[in-house]
Amino acid sequence: MKPVVFVTGKALPLERSDVDTDQIIPSEWLKRVERTGFGAGLFSEWRDNPDFVLNQPQFQGANILLAGRNFGTGSSREHAVWALADYGFQAVISSKIADIFKNNSTRSGLVPVEVAEDTAVFLFQSVLSNPELEITVDVEKRLVEIPNLGYEAPFSLDEAAQKRLLLGLDDIGATLEFEQDIAAFEKSRPEWLPTTGVGKV
Amino acid sequence: MGLTLSEKIWKSHVVVPAEKPGDNEIIFIDMHLIHEVTSPQAFAGLRNTSRKVHRPDLTIATADHNVPTTDTDKEIKDPIARLQLETLAKNCEEFGIRYFPMRDKNQGIVHVIGPEQGLTQPGMTIVCGDSHTSTHGAFGSLAFGIGTSEVEHVLATQTITQKRPKTMAVEVEGTLPEGITAKDIVLAIIGRLGTGGGIGHVIEYRGSAIRALSMEGRLTVCNMSIEGGARAGMIAPDETTFAYLEGRPYAPKGKLFDEAVEYWRGLQTDQDASFDKTITIDATHIKPGVTWGTNPGQVTTIDGCIPDPDSISDEHEREAARRALEYMALRPGTLIKDIKVDTVFIGSCTNSRIEDLRLAASVVEGHHVAKDIRALVVPGSMRVKAEAEKEGLDRIFTAAGFEWREAGCSMCLGMNPDTLSPGERCASTSNRNFEGRQGRGGRTHLVSPAIAAATAIVGHFEEPKNI
Repeated sequence: MKPVVFVTGKALPLERSDVDTDQIIPSEWLKRVERTGFGAGLFSEWRDNPDFVLNQPQFQGANILLAGRNFGTGSSREHAVWALADYGFQAVISSKIADIFKNNSTRSGLVPVEVAEDTAVFLFQSVLSNPELEITVDVEKRLVEIPNLGYEAPFSLDEAAQKRLLLGLDDIGATLEFEQDIAAFEKSRPEWLPTTGVGKV
Repeated sequence: MGLTLSEKIWKSHVVVPAEKPGDNEIIFIDMHLIHEVTSPQAFAGLRNTSRKVHRPDLTIATADHNVPTTDTDKEIKDPIARLQLETLAKNCEEFGIRYFPMRDKNQGIVHVIGPEQGLTQPGMTIVCGDSHTSTHGAFGSLAFGIGTSEVEHVLATQTITQKRPKTMAVEVEGTLPEGITAKDIVLAIIGRLGTGGGIGHVIEYRGSAIRALSMEGRLTVCNMSIEGGARAGMIAPDETTFAYLEGRPYAPKGKLFDEAVEYWRGLQTDQDASFDKTITIDATHIKPGVTWGTNPGQVTTIDGCIPDPDSISDEHEREAARRALEYMALRPGTLIKDIKVDTVFIGSCTNSRIEDLRLAASVVEGHHVAKDIRALVVPGSMRVKAEAEKEGLDRIFTAAGFEWREAGCSMCLGMNPDTLSPGERCASTSNRNFEGRQGRGGRTHLVSPAIAAATAIVGHFEEPKNI
């Protein structure tokens, strides 16, 4: 994963709350065995509508998704993150982001930007009145900034996720450094715990 | 201070503790369940980095999301679905993982087979690339859904790195009224919590109404924890749990079983433990639930009516309700019982177990589905199917005009050929009524198997007592 320190660009305002991962990428797209090419399916059930915000010319080229409350709820499909990233989004701002989605996004370099409700309201107002407005997400300082308005507001992101994004960490590599601790733990497990009886190491 | 059940299980699985509170910890995973949809990219990742599956013996695979539920003796028509299933078979063979493929007598929905095989036991940590993994918490295990990157992490290390979750108690006290099921309990809970109310928390369901539930009922309640936003849901194990487990294929046997039970008895929230959040529900007032909107929190009861969005005070919820009614083609004030359906689906990891099928069969016996209604029953696993057939439930369903299918996720998410058409309205025993979930343009109402069965008979939402 590539490190992400700043995300700067235009935002696309998706004024809906409780956008679930079935909406972000419908299940017909989940049959694919690849990790790429999901951008074409992003919000596919809404995209047929020419008025849908993704189709509006003034928001073309946006790389930050500004979404309503409780974004990414529902299914654990990481395909939702892959679809957003493949389409060109590098950060998602919302006043509430679902747990599994949040977890998935930092593992694919998409920055989950969870802001206070009043920050979200202000960002929506600002972007709707000026779609060209440049927004910066500063991962290191955990700030959302609008330089032209001299505006900045904090966002929450736990330290481990922040570090993963800033350093572009390979989580598995990092965990495997604790191989000996894992082996020691395995020796202490009770005998009654189930195994499938195959491929025993 | 004492610990809650989830804190006890978490603590007993820490491999590498956090350096300071709030940091991630490395947690050992006792069982990793995989299926065709969220695993192919994880195996590809292992191959790209020349990594192995660390504990194939703590990993189990099944085919469920994609599989057709008719003509399973023939080749799958959809080439993309077929490739995904072939990929899972190939990956399991290459990495030495036990796999229950289509047609196997043990195949079924991943959250149905874990418990029925005895692979799900109290005190365990269980993960799966599926948000309904919370189901397994019914046994007093800590079980949650993960994404594909984490699936790869678990395959490679048999651990996950996560932050210790917050805790929430949902107390359901009192005796349920006649005819009220576990599904109605959980719909009532989500109606109270809202879809995001549980974010960051593990829910422990407690109280006399929960303790009175069978294992099947507990699985239904825990299954929908994620619909309230919770990371997991769980119920402390008791005699009901131990009795269910005894004799299951992967449950401990003989002396080991006794040892395990002794340990399992200690898996209770301590008297002096405290939860970060508590909500209380009066079981005596729960009625059959029916969702009217496009998220499971948009729910009312069978004797209710479609709410007026203008009466909702929260601005976000009001707007969401307006959009939902437009999508669902429903008007405020319409009585739930006046809503006609086109399709009835009995199945999914929420309600496809033997008790669910027995209940639905008892409602439809001696009746026939209403004219022009498509009604299907999809057992959760091949074992459930076999048991139901042994009891003659299949004949009751088919005599009543239901289709009797093979096991799989089926119309819950419409990845196989079982889908709704645009505008088609469905009474479904599944867990999500999201836009397009059961097929593009499809309109889903979540209900219990009892309500689904009665609705199939009369063609509009109805209670069994009135048919």
